[in-house]
Amino acid sequence: MKAIVIGCGRVGSSVAKRLDGEGWDVTAIDEKEEALNRLGANWTGGFVVGHGMDDGVLREAGISEADAVVVATDGDNTNLVVAQVAQKRYGIDCVVVRVLDPARAEFYAARGLRTVCPTSTAIDVLTESVRACEIPQVVAEEVT
Amino acid sequence: MYLIVAGGGKVGANLARSLISHGHEVTLIEQRGDRFEMLEEEFEHQVQRGDATEVFVLEQAGIARPPDMVIATTGDDEDNIIICQLAREKYGVPKVIARVNDPRNQPHFDLLGISPTVCATLSLLALVEHEVPEHELVHLLELRKENLEIVEVQIDQGSPCVGKAVDKITLPAGSQLISVVRNGQAKIADGDTMLEAGDQVLAILEPGKTDELKRVLLNKR
Repeated sequence: MKAIVIGCGRVGSSVAKRLDGEGWDVTAIDEKEEALNRLGANWTGGFVVGHGMDDGVLREAGISEADAVVVATDGDNTNLVVAQVAQKRYGIDCVVVRVLDPARAEFYAARGLRTVCPTSTAIDVLTESVRACEIPQVVAEEVT
Repeated sequence: MYLIVAGGGKVGANLARSLISHGHEVTLIEQRGDRFEMLEEEFEHQVQRGDATEVFVLEQAGIARPPDMVIATTGDDEDNIIICQLAREKYGVPKVIARVNDPRNQPHFDLLGISPTVCATLSLLALVEHEVPEHELVHLLELRKENLEIVEVQIDQGSPCVGKAVDKITLPAGSQLISVVRNGQAKIADGDTMLEAGDQVLAILEPGKTDELKRVLLNKR
């Protein structure tokens, strides 16, 4: 199975390596050539330098044969547009897109994109963590 | 009308000023702090600071009223697409207009149904091509809503249509000749109009038929 990971930063490169380790045929795309270093010296998957908005770059990465696309550049709007292009122009069902803004993540999720919002996750986890702390209950002193 | 102009660069600011002078109510949105301060001196309460792709910024600008129109004029095509999608689909804004900065992104706007769009680069390019003496085919106007476009074709010496009347030419389905310019004189093309080398012919056709039209009129593609 073939996956394309657009945006090979901290998140994208780790997703690419994990999928690769699980037997996927992975090609990563990043604007910067240095991003290849994040994939490690033993990287045997594909790597294309370019912008995700560029159809030529997507095709070079083999988007026509992709089964899954992960969009994780550092720009929410770029991610949302690239994800919609992958879904609508190339007919890929499994398009997963990182969106940092919870409002946009929710809106586009309702329109059929698989959005992942790390901000919402952080909010939930942080709140839950506070709730889970064992804080000694202060007995309210009666006001006389 | 009430309009939101997203992006207070040169295009957005000049547009907002013109709209206000035409009596419209306008809110201009600009993200960059230094640029915002400059705009605030001129536009006062009519400019608001923030990222126009953020829902709360749009809401502060009054997008929930909703405005009659949202015009996305930022220098970033992705942002313009998202602004238009949010305006139209989340807030029911009846009309959106988007600026296209990089003509290579035009297919993305089309794919996502963002229309109408304005691309200064493409407009300039068409004007330049129109002036090139030996042009074959120039796209003059796109009528996106109608799904038609108007092109200009220069009939050359080797064209198979030279000396033929228009109704003897088998044009591609979904295309029609409008007019012929010869020696600076324009005439509406009818069935009896004879084509000559050097004629500039205007044609209206469905997008994607230009190659077929070139083959028929110029024997080229």
